[in-house]
Amino acid sequence: MRQGTRFGFFLLLTPLLLWLSLLIIIPHIDMLLVSLRERVGVGKYQTSPANYLTFLQEPLYLWTFLRTAVMSVLATLITLLIAFPVAYYIAKMAKGRVRSLLFLLCLVPFWVSELVRTFGWMILLRETGVISSLLQYLGLAERPVEMLYNDAAIMIGLVYTSMLFMVVPLITTLGSLEDSVIEAGYDLGGSGASILREIVIPHAMPGIVSGCIVVFMLSLGNYLTPTMLGGKDSLWFTELIYSQFIVRFNWELGAAFGFVLLFLSSFIVWVMLRLTGQTLEKTIG
Amino acid sequence: MTPDLQCIDLTKRFGETTAVRDVSFSVPPGSFFSILGPSGCGKTTIMRMIAGFLEPTSGDILIKGKSVLDVPPNKRPVNMVFQHLALFPMMNVADNIGYGLRRAGLPKAEIARKVGEVLERIGLPDIGQRRVDELSGGQKQRVAIARCMVLEPDVLLLDEPLGALDLKLREHMKIELKALQADFDTTFVYITHDQSEALVMSDQIAVMNHGRFEQMGTARELYYRPQTPFVAGFVGDSNRWRGRVERADSDALELRTESGLLIRGNAHGRALGAGSSAEIFVRPEAIRLSHSETDLASFDNRLKGRVTSLLFNAAASRVLIRGDGSAGEIEVALPQSGEFDGLSRGDDVHIGWSGEQANCFAAGTD
Repeated sequence: MRQGTRFGFFLLLTPLLLWLSLLIIIPHIDMLLVSLRERVGVGKYQTSPANYLTFLQEPLYLWTFLRTAVMSVLATLITLLIAFPVAYYIAKMAKGRVRSLLFLLCLVPFWVSELVRTFGWMILLRETGVISSLLQYLGLAERPVEMLYNDAAIMIGLVYTSMLFMVVPLITTLGSLEDSVIEAGYDLGGSGASILREIVIPHAMPGIVSGCIVVFMLSLGNYLTPTMLGGKDSLWFTELIYSQFIVRFNWELGAAFGFVLLFLSSFIVWVMLRLTGQTLEKTIG
Repeated sequence: MTPDLQCIDLTKRFGETTAVRDVSFSVPPGSFFSILGPSGCGKTTIMRMIAGFLEPTSGDILIKGKSVLDVPPNKRPVNMVFQHLALFPMMNVADNIGYGLRRAGLPKAEIARKVGEVLERIGLPDIGQRRVDELSGGQKQRVAIARCMVLEPDVLLLDEPLGALDLKLREHMKIELKALQADFDTTFVYITHDQSEALVMSDQIAVMNHGRFEQMGTARELYYRPQTPFVAGFVGDSNRWRGRVERADSDALELRTESGLLIRGNAHGRALGAGSSAEIFVRPEAIRLSHSETDLASFDNRLKGRVTSLLFNAAASRVLIRGDGSAGEIEVALPQSGEFDGLSRGDDVHIGWSGEQANCFAAGTD
């Protein structure tokens, strides 16, 4: 009997183990090994940290890396600033059907693929696009205005793509805040600002942190949006990885870049958790 | 003396429905005032209007003689203990209590001193650094009161704060609340649907139904001299009959119930003439139970009957008795003096009550 349950346990665990080992652990180990070898001749390799040194010595790589990180943090903050009032309204102020409807409206854009959504933004922002034409029609611009291929366009795309992943955890945590707790704040003499600072935000902290982690990861690892909205000069780190693998066929350097990105994202998440005094368990569970 | 709290013709409508209708009352300083009523009667609406979370449709609210209608909730000199207490879970006990003081801009040392004092007063001097979820139900209760009292409000509102506690603790907290009220010497306005909470603690009670005050008075007045059938039925238990007045001699009435029983009752000043239909309320504990008829000579209502069932509930035990030749059952309190320990179903007993104790009301006003 015991033998039987144990067998069943492993049988049920197998798909997960296969998934984890075949698709995540083994490729990563292989990638790590690839990143740590240096080509010394045709078909000849030796183990060395040369690829990581290349990354550190080339200013363009470092610059791109830094830019990606800063832009991602900025995108996360902007997303938080926009999503918080939206989530607060949906969770605390809207009632019944209005609430479901608003939540649905947040969800609707995510029924189409990211590619289509990004094309949507291109149609709006490009030189011959909707906004440009409108500005000319209203006489606010004399000639077509190009709004694509700059950092602002990338930022718009990143924020738009990540919005849902911030709104959902915020609605969940804000929804669990009892109305009477907010009322008690007012009753005891609190102003709107102090209640937000001392009651609402501390309560929503787990949601804020988990939303920020997800949005930051998504922005940092996003390839499509920066490439399409930022054009060739967008200098997003994922593009460097792509070009090493596909264009330059330099898998060793590409793998090293991949690991640098992994460490960077882990590090920033760790810093974020430390700064806000949250733990990963509290945020996820 | 100016009353601490005064409501004048307070009315609140939500669309078509009127939640509170022309309610007027005043609460003298330092007293314990309760609003008692079934759920949905509008008592929470009154409380939220006093606290400032709802605006009355018409009428006025005065605190210490000044109208507070234009004052937002965070500026009103009233504080509220919420039904589920609404302590701030993200703060420790000291920060919870100090919240209002911090908002009032008091210096840190002053806040610490006041918080320490109030914790001392509620008998929990060492829990300042504890988290809210580490406290027991009774401790949370006291912290919630301390959080309001530290601000020295003119009026403290309490919205069924004992509802979430278990029975034993609730009994204990009733006494404690009353003691705290006397200790702080602040006006308490307490709303509840639990009559025993209201009866035990209050100086004045208002019984509320369908958005109106049915009667206002002391616990004794409500219990002995209810002025409306609703109050008679809601406060305490009652045997209830419907009947027709056969003879009226000023307040003393003789009535015939629908089941044919003849009852002598009292109108206590209400207009009830011969021939009008009436409702009669007699409390189970006002009925004397006896083995022999001679014990009951002093009562003007006497009845011989048979025990149909015994409802044992410790001190609140009841005997159901079916009178000879009548259809209804009469609920009688079972005396716990030992005399009726052997009573069992089917026994013949005599019951009697005085006409003074049978409150009669004109029927159809409930």
